[in-house]
Amino acid sequence: MAAKKRKRSTVSEKEIINLTNVCKAYSTGAPALKDVNLRINRGEFVFIVGDSGSGKSTLIKLLLRELTITSGSINVMGYDLSRIRHRKIPKFRRNLGVVFQDFRLLKDRNVYENVAFAQRIIQKSNKEIKKNVPSILAIVGLAGKYKAKPKQLSGGEQQRVALARALVNKPTVLLADEPTGNLDPKNSWEIMKLLEQINENGTTVIVVTHNREIVNAMQKRVVTLKKGVIVSDEEKGGYIDED
Amino acid sequence: MRINSFFYTLRQGVRNLFRNKWFTLASIATISSCLFLFGLFYAIVTNFQNIVKSAQEGVAVSVLFEEGTSEARMQEIGEMILRRTEVSEVQFVSADQAWEEFKEDYLGDYADGFTENPLANSAHYDIYLSDVSMQSALVTYLESLENIRQVNRSELVATTLTGVNALVAYVSVGIIGILFAVSVFLISNTVMIGISVRKEEINIMKYIGATDFFVRSPFVIEGMMIGLVGAAIPLGIIYGVYNMVIDYVTTRFAVLATLLRFLTVEEVFNVLTPVSLGIGVGIGFLGSIVTVRKHLRV
Repeated sequence: MAAKKRKRSTVSEKEIINLTNVCKAYSTGAPALKDVNLRINRGEFVFIVGDSGSGKSTLIKLLLRELTITSGSINVMGYDLSRIRHRKIPKFRRNLGVVFQDFRLLKDRNVYENVAFAQRIIQKSNKEIKKNVPSILAIVGLAGKYKAKPKQLSGGEQQRVALARALVNKPTVLLADEPTGNLDPKNSWEIMKLLEQINENGTTVIVVTHNREIVNAMQKRVVTLKKGVIVSDEEKGGYIDED
Repeated sequence: MRINSFFYTLRQGVRNLFRNKWFTLASIATISSCLFLFGLFYAIVTNFQNIVKSAQEGVAVSVLFEEGTSEARMQEIGEMILRRTEVSEVQFVSADQAWEEFKEDYLGDYADGFTENPLANSAHYDIYLSDVSMQSALVTYLESLENIRQVNRSELVATTLTGVNALVAYVSVGIIGILFAVSVFLISNTVMIGISVRKEEINIMKYIGATDFFVRSPFVIEGMMIGLVGAAIPLGIIYGVYNMVIDYVTTRFAVLATLLRFLTVEEVFNVLTPVSLGIGVGIGFLGSIVTVRKHLRV
């Protein structure tokens, strides 16, 4: 316990994500991230933008601890991700909601079961699951479709299910990797409004996106990556065009 | 693990069987075919071994005594022989019994002319071996004992049976090796299909924060059930076929039935059932562990 407290004390109470001089190189090709320094505070809403190959996906994978850094240090919610043990990763991820562009729903399970699955993982009782799942489905506007299988839903609805699954365990941080990438403008805006609402309730939201219109309209913090380097980090920023 | 998590895992394991029908059927078919071959081979080999063993038990070494050997000495020699590990049974045949048997076998009514026992010195032991390959060693030992006049044995039968035994052992090892290689090939192919079907599902579970145990458990339950069914099917088929074949052979070839004693289906299945079920469940268990393990490090 003492060791854990010491580890967590390396990040301030306010700071929830801290990347210091992070480099990530794959075995082939140029480094994906070079000397990245990024601090995100609890309750922030941050866009991470950049063109293909800029290192956005690598950054998300590092935050999820899907990949490990090559050098530097990365601390998320008090976990030192360069040293975290394999068996501790599930516990770390339970505080980290994640939404992907391709939704990643369990195709053979209905909406209810997809969301309930996140609760079963943390061993919630059936009573709690029966209370929490309908409540989160109501928030994302899918209360009436709990029996539907993913393939019976539109793209926007599938993303809402993914969002409900990410939120049902009340995560500290929500990572959304191109959440509107497969959606039409109307659905994209609805998803972004939901993310904003979630952020207003205290969850730190990090959105990786290509969507210029949304980034410019929402006036949130924008971190721009280019060829693996942070070229801009602005409060109430906008989408920076490639030269 | 909470009780509701346990039942959830169990339920998911059973549901997985039906969710991935084709994978389930392919896996069951693979395990069934391997265990069918194994069962068939086992039934044939155990019967063959039984026949060889019966033949071995019929091979006897006869020990005849020098003239004037006392009954006490004969008894002492009998006890010494019985203590040998390769000896399964020792039968004493007195001179009178030997003459009676000889008359019965060869003379019939012509024996009436004999007033005295011409085989007065033919009291002997018939020694039956548990391991016929040890016959030479036993004969050497017997010849070294005092008061032994002659040792009779059938060298040809002993060497033939020893050869047959060795052949059965070599063939068994060879066929088990081939079956094992075929099983590994078929099962690894099926597992590869399983991996491609499950990869995404396992990844999603891991991203949400499922522990390795939580991800693995339904797959392991599913694998063990596939193994169980995969083992039960060939057992059922072999049970029926075995009875039919034995009935057919013993009624159609009655001569064989008098010469050879086939094992009953119960004798074969006493061993085959637990071994097959164990292998089936084991393959299912290991297969699912291997399938899932590759994707757990996400």
